[in-house]
Amino acid sequence: MTHEILQLAQAGGGVTDDGLKSLAHGLVYGMAAIGPGIGIGLVFASAIEAMARQPETAGETRTTMFIGFALIEALALIGFVLAFIL
Amino acid sequence: MVLAIELDPIHLFNWDPLLFEGTPFELNRVSILTLLGAALCIGFFLYGAAKKSLVPKGAGNIAETMYMFVREKIAIDVIGPKDGPKFAGYLASVFFFILFMNILAIVPGINFAPTSRMAIPFMMAILTYLIFNIVGIVKQGPLGYLKGTLFPPGAPKWVYILLTPIEFFSVFIVRPLTLMVRLLANMMAGHVLLTIFFLFTHDFLVTNLGPAAPLGLVTIVVAAALMMLELLVIGMQAYIFTMLTAFYIAESVHGHGAEDHIDADHEHAGEHKETPHVTEGIAA
Repeated sequence: MTHEILQLAQAGGGVTDDGLKSLAHGLVYGMAAIGPGIGIGLVFASAIEAMARQPETAGETRTTMFIGFALIEALALIGFVLAFIL
Repeated sequence: MVLAIELDPIHLFNWDPLLFEGTPFELNRVSILTLLGAALCIGFFLYGAAKKSLVPKGAGNIAETMYMFVREKIAIDVIGPKDGPKFAGYLASVFFFILFMNILAIVPGINFAPTSRMAIPFMMAILTYLIFNIVGIVKQGPLGYLKGTLFPPGAPKWVYILLTPIEFFSVFIVRPLTLMVRLLANMMAGHVLLTIFFLFTHDFLVTNLGPAAPLGLVTIVVAAALMMLELLVIGMQAYIFTMLTAFYIAESVHGHGAEDHIDADHEHAGEHKETPHVTEGIAA
C-alpha cells in the first residue's frame, strides 16, 4: 500500500495550485497551534502548582484555569476555522 | 484499494436522507443519532429517578452522583451558592446532552457523534449566548450590563481605547464562536483519527492481506488506544462546555470580575480557615 501511495505522489508531479493550497491549510493550523500549545501548557502547569500548594483554594483555581484555557484556546480555534475557510 | 481515494472527508460526515425524503422532517443518519442520543439521555434519567429512595441503588445512584457533580462542582462552585442552583438545571442538561451525543462516537456499530456536525454545537452555543446575555441584562440592566462588560472597572481611562474593542470582540463574538468550534473540532478530529486507523487496519488485514499484515495488528492496537483517548476527550469536552457556560453566566450574574464575588460568597459560607493555613505555610 505504501507503494501505491508513492505512485500516487509521483503521478501528480510538479507544484500545483491545489497542492500549495493543501500545504497552506496544514501550515495555517500547524502554526496557529504553536503559541496556544505553549500557553495551555503554562496555564495547566501553573494551575497544578497552585492546587498543590493550596488545595483549599482548588475550586477557584480550577475556575480561573478554565477561563485562561478558553481565552488561549480561542487562538488555536481561530486558526482551525481559518484553515477551513482559506 | 488506494486509501487517498477511499477517504473522501465529505463522506465521513455527510449522509443521504433515509426517511421522509423531501419533507421538512427529512431524517438522515445524523439526525436519527441525535434523536437516539436525546432518547438515551432522557431514558437514563427517567429510569434513574423512577425508584425514589433515600439511598439510591444502581442506575439511580449513578444518575444522582452525575447530577450532583454538575450541581456542586460546576453550578455552585462557579456561579455561587445563591444563584448556582437556579442554573443547575440548564447546566446539567447541557452537560448530559453533550455527553450522550459524544459517547455515540465510540459505540461500536454507530461510531459517529452528532456533535461532529456543526448543527448541534451551533444551537447549544447560541442557547448559551442568549442565556448569558439575557441574564446579564436582567440582573444588571441593559446599560449596566454593557458598561460592566465593555468598560471593566479598575483600568486607567486611556486604556479603554484599546480595551473596549477587545472586550467587545472577545465577549460578543469570540465566546460563542469558540464554544461551538471547540466541541466541533475535537469531535471531528477524533472521528477522522479513528476512521483513519480503522481504514488502515482494514486495508492491511482484509483488502491487501500480505506481507504487511503485522502492521495491521499495530494499527488495530493503536485504534483501540485511541478509543480510550476519545473517551477522555468526550468527558473533557462536555465538562469544558458546561464549565465555560457556567463561567459566562457567573460573569453576567455578578458583573465583570466574578472572582471577587465568588470570594465574598465563600466567606459568607464561613470558610475563614484559609488564613491560618497561609501563615503556617510561610512560617514553615
